[in-house]
Amino acid sequence: MKTAIRVENLVKRYQKTVAVDGISFAIPEGELFGLLGPNGAGKTTTINILATLLHPTSGLAEVAGISVDGDRDALRRQIGVVFQEPALDVKLTGRENLQFHAMMYGLGKAERRQRIGQVLELVDLQDKADLLAEKYSGGMKRRLEIARGLIQHPKVLFLDEPTLGLDAQTRRHIWDYIRKLNRERGVTIILTTHYMDEADYLCDRVAIIDQGRIVAMDAPACLKDMLGGDMVHLEVEVGEGPLMDVLKTKNWVKAMQFHDGRLSLTMERGDRQIPELMNLAQQTGARIRSVNLRQPSLEDVFLHFTGRTIREEETVHDAQFHFVHGNRRG
Amino acid sequence: MKSVQGIAIYVLWLRELKRLLRAKSRLMGTLLMPLFFLAFLGMGFQRTAIPGVPPGMAYSVFLTPGILGMSILFSSTFAGLSVIWDREFGFLKEIMVAPVNRISIVLGRIAGGITTSLFQALAILAISLILGFRPRQWIMLLPGFLFMVLISVTFIGLGLAFASRMRDMQGFNLVMNFVIFPIFFLSGALFPLNSFPAWVRFISRFDPLTYGVDGLRAALLGKSDLPLLLDLGILSACALLSVLIGSWLFENSEYV
Repeated sequence: MKTAIRVENLVKRYQKTVAVDGISFAIPEGELFGLLGPNGAGKTTTINILATLLHPTSGLAEVAGISVDGDRDALRRQIGVVFQEPALDVKLTGRENLQFHAMMYGLGKAERRQRIGQVLELVDLQDKADLLAEKYSGGMKRRLEIARGLIQHPKVLFLDEPTLGLDAQTRRHIWDYIRKLNRERGVTIILTTHYMDEADYLCDRVAIIDQGRIVAMDAPACLKDMLGGDMVHLEVEVGEGPLMDVLKTKNWVKAMQFHDGRLSLTMERGDRQIPELMNLAQQTGARIRSVNLRQPSLEDVFLHFTGRTIREEETVHDAQFHFVHGNRRG
Repeated sequence: MKSVQGIAIYVLWLRELKRLLRAKSRLMGTLLMPLFFLAFLGMGFQRTAIPGVPPGMAYSVFLTPGILGMSILFSSTFAGLSVIWDREFGFLKEIMVAPVNRISIVLGRIAGGITTSLFQALAILAISLILGFRPRQWIMLLPGFLFMVLISVTFIGLGLAFASRMRDMQGFNLVMNFVIFPIFFLSGALFPLNSFPAWVRFISRFDPLTYGVDGLRAALLGKSDLPLLLDLGILSACALLSVLIGSWLFENSEYV
């Protein structure tokens, strides 16, 4: 299989900070690949380097076999990009934004008309195409931008936080478009997200990126398997002490943690072990109020590899982010 | 490699034109300031003999080419600086990831800038013709037009150079107050330079607009400090230099 994107030891350093700190990955053609991590982890910087908007400090980055330091215009012809922040001219109509794009990519008149019609239909914006983009809702803008990224039939599509700030229903729609593109048209897609469910639902493979480094990379299911089974949470009313003493002697309990009235256990085939757990609770006199069995989520994976939840990181980062922006606009 | 991509230049130009025609308030705003200058300065100094104005020439006539130069100075610098807006609103990224070489992007922006800028200048010229201004010879409007284009190119390049070095909008006011206004006042657009102290005249020789305004006066009034061709030569050199510097800085700036 051919390689669509190759990144080796990529580093992007600014005066004071290191945004990308030596990451490597390879994406085969046709894959739907995700970069998962909190804001400020280096996802967008990586995308911007691959999309020829930033120069790497060092390392190798190739798209469709073309280096980002090589023939940049040839590379640009192979890709479509949907940026994290809106990149529309809101003083133009939706259709005019698409026409501008098609002409920048050198499409002829007949081809332009045909493809603009197609992508408008794909994102269901035919009726709104002749409104000024400033009248669009957030979800419509996003759909228009995705449509725009497809006009030139890119080999590789970059989606930077494609559903950031959208409502649940619109997110679902956009996920469906993304899937359809990947499955039916074979477009290689690399997307960044800090939504666990998005990465889990969409991506063939996910790289978890934290503070400029990739800490884990595999298919979502494999990443979750790495944690070693299911999570069983017991809400214990009284008597957790004796119960835990007994559980410590059982080799099928891989990890155990008691926090805030909740006993969290990691084990393989949790569904089969619950009856046994109930028995042990009865024998030791522990009173269980509720049992919860779930597969580990990518959130648990992130916690496992970084020691923090993604939300904890976001809070810190957001505080800095708002400070910087407040300064800029003020 | 560095071939110019005509369709890209055209669509970048088209975008500027559409934006201009849709921003009616911006259009009115940029027309009003030069017209106020023309009307109030012209009327205010109507009966005053201004030293240095050629004998027998009304001050309002002397002023008209200066106001044309001023209008082009402001609108062209603004067109160059508008890259900052595109960066702020994200649209610059859409332009920069397209497979269009950077020189075509710069040329598209210059084409758009010249159009919006000259649109305003010609509107002012039309109004001053209605108010009674007459060029020495109608045919001399053609070299006058050439000077307007060259002034425009010079200051679009300058705006582009500044925009490439700016991270946010705050720099905009700095450029306006510390660069554009001095360029305006030093150019002799409002008053004849030969009535200024020698050191001011010396500095004004480094101001490209000096040659633009003087060239416009040479063409439209037939009275100027320097010969028309000398003005044309110096201003052309300024335009070329400014575009080269502007595009070089633009190409080598980071877009995000």
